[in-house]
Amino acid sequence: MTPQSFVTVYKEWDIVGARQIAREMAKELGFNVVDQARIATAVSELARNIYLYAKEGQIHYEVVETMNKKGLCVRAVDTGPGIKDISLVMQDGYSTSGGLGAGLPGVKRLMDEFDIQTKVGEGTTITTTKWVRL
Amino acid sequence: MPIPILKLHNYLLISIQTEIDDQTAIEFQEDLLDKIHKTGASGVVIDLTSVDIIDSFIAKVLGDVVAMSDLMGAKVVLTGIQPAVAMTLIELGIHLQNILTALDLEQGLIKLHQELGV
Ligand SMILES: Nc1ncnc2c1ncn2[C@@H]1O[C@H](COP(=O)(O)OP(=O)(O)O)[C@@H](O)[C@H]1O
Ligand SMILES: [Mg+2]
Repeated sequence: MTPQSFVTVYKEWDIVGARQIAREMAKELGFNVVDQARIATAVSELARNIYLYAKEGQIHYEVVETMNKKGLCVRAVDTGPGIKDISLVMQDGYSTSGGLGAGLPGVKRLMDEFDIQTKVGEGTTITTTKWVRL
Repeated sequence: MPIPILKLHNYLLISIQTEIDDQTAIEFQEDLLDKIHKTGASGVVIDLTSVDIIDSFIAKVLGDVVAMSDLMGAKVVLTGIQPAVAMTLIELGIHLQNILTALDLEQGLIKLHQELGV
């Protein structure tokens, strides 16, 4: 396992690939089974959003370590349409595609840290981290 | 690869063993409704024991398939949802309300018997 790697998402099957890598990395890092499921689910949501709304992008995985904690940082990067109103898309149930609208607010709850950088017409980068519970 | 659907008396049994991608999920939805129509099944058990991730898309497909089967007159029970999957679903904000669930296939069949009053 390299400490940093990424996958490109542009086919539907890449969503499955992206979440499988996330689970593998989470397992190797020592996350428990529930946290592995949380991380894999979060990555599945982020990868599907890339596929649905931006057509193409990447999921980057990075092992992060500080003095007293270790975690997995996942970054979803695309150069798609961007998001106009962040507070709106963070509401449970808001969807422009007939989905459940649970993706982004769900990812925020499943992970420990969550940040969106987005610009209309330029793209979206979502960075989210989960820390291993010691 | 399609998800196999087994017929047992007037029930249909499905055990999902593979990683479900979106396309497989949609095809399963269509296959199941078609099988309910052709067999006149009154009950369906979908066993999720081997499924280690359910994201919002798969949850929506499962919820829809339950509602659609219900419209056709077949009751669906979901069985074997793993603890980690149950926790992530709730954290995603997905509650699968009004859906029959049971611990395992056997309990699922018992639940169907009760629901259908047979
Ligand atoms: N990467 C993205 N680029 C542009 N818009 C996005 C992106 N991700 C999410 N969105 C927007 O945010 C909305 C909410 O996303 P989400 O919470 O995942 O729910 P859903 O995918 O079910 O609609 C989407 O309907 C879409 O309009
Ligand atoms: Mg989504």
